[in-house]
Amino acid sequence: MDDRRRYLPSAHRRTLLSGAGGTLALAALGTGCVLLAGCDSRPSPVFHSIDVTGATFGQGFDLTDFNGDRRTLADYKGKVVALFFGFTQCPDACPTALAKLAEVSKGLGADAARLQVVFITVDPERDTAELLRNYVPAFHPAFTGLRGSPEQIAAVAKAYKAYYSKVAGKTPESYTIDHSTFTYLYDPEGRLRLMARHEITVAQLAADVRQLMRG
Amino acid sequence: MTSSRSFVSRIVVPLLLSLCATTAMAQVTISNPWVRGTVGGMKATGAFMQIASRADTRLVGAASPAAKVVEVHEMAMVDNVMRMRAIAAIPVPAGRTVELKPGGYHVMLIDLVRPLEPGASVPITLTFEGKDGKRETVQVKAEVRPLTAGAGAGGPAPAAHGAAHQHGR
Repeated sequence: MDDRRRYLPSAHRRTLLSGAGGTLALAALGTGCVLLAGCDSRPSPVFHSIDVTGATFGQGFDLTDFNGDRRTLADYKGKVVALFFGFTQCPDACPTALAKLAEVSKGLGADAARLQVVFITVDPERDTAELLRNYVPAFHPAFTGLRGSPEQIAAVAKAYKAYYSKVAGKTPESYTIDHSTFTYLYDPEGRLRLMARHEITVAQLAADVRQLMRG
Repeated sequence: MTSSRSFVSRIVVPLLLSLCATTAMAQVTISNPWVRGTVGGMKATGAFMQIASRADTRLVGAASPAAKVVEVHEMAMVDNVMRMRAIAAIPVPAGRTVELKPGGYHVMLIDLVRPLEPGASVPITLTFEGKDGKRETVQVKAEVRPLTAGAGAGGPAPAAHGAAHQHGR
């Protein structure tokens, strides 16, 4: 397991290089097992996201939601948690990721109650609780947004190996923020299992979420 | 007859002339301009569109009464990190359609005067500069779409950039 953790970047590279062909082939294998019903042992799960099962990073957070309530990962035990770092002034990546998760939730039907989407702002100076309360539930009423002091956010991002960095704009207020765009996925036991890349489709993400719900 | 001739000379001829003038000037065509809507407290958002031009040109600037600062931006996903930068220009080669869309270029509206409600429209003036250095401005009215727009057809192409990744870390 130690090796897997240490070599996460190369696992990631492999995933990228193997591309859609490899993923399709693996998916086809999985489907074949189900169709033939001839597989004695349960096939090990095939995910579209990067499998980081056993990771020692991203073990949780202790932040404040937009209603002012303290939130930790343990609050969502029993649910699949999808966690994303972003900021509301982000014109592109963040709304796309959240809109995708909203579509996943919609597609889950009754199981949607077993998915908790958590948006952590990397811009606590501009993303006030009020702004987060306006922004995050616009995508889905059950999604939550968390914030903390700049120091708390820096500590959480570090604990998740998430990257973010301010880029100065024309005015002191108009800075933008470069940030990593992984969606971290936890199983209902609260274990970090997957990291979804930004390019994942709604269908792929939904399949991964369902698989985590099945356990 | 008099009235019909005067109609022709007063209305039709100037109209035709103005159409000709427009055609001669309009090197650039903008299609489907839209802006991502905002909620209370949001100070910035992106505008997207398709740009085509009959001659080589470059989008070098933009302005809008809806925002105090308007910039031309490029978003790039590098090693799973979203990087957004103001750029000097977006090249628009003759005869090719350049898309400003989520996952690529956008016009960034910064320091919004007020929240942008879906269904409203935002006037944007785009400035283009041809090879000869001549500038042309084009006015568009961008439709405000919901904040949540763009996950479907307008979303980023899946894994289209794998080859560009260099993992040095």
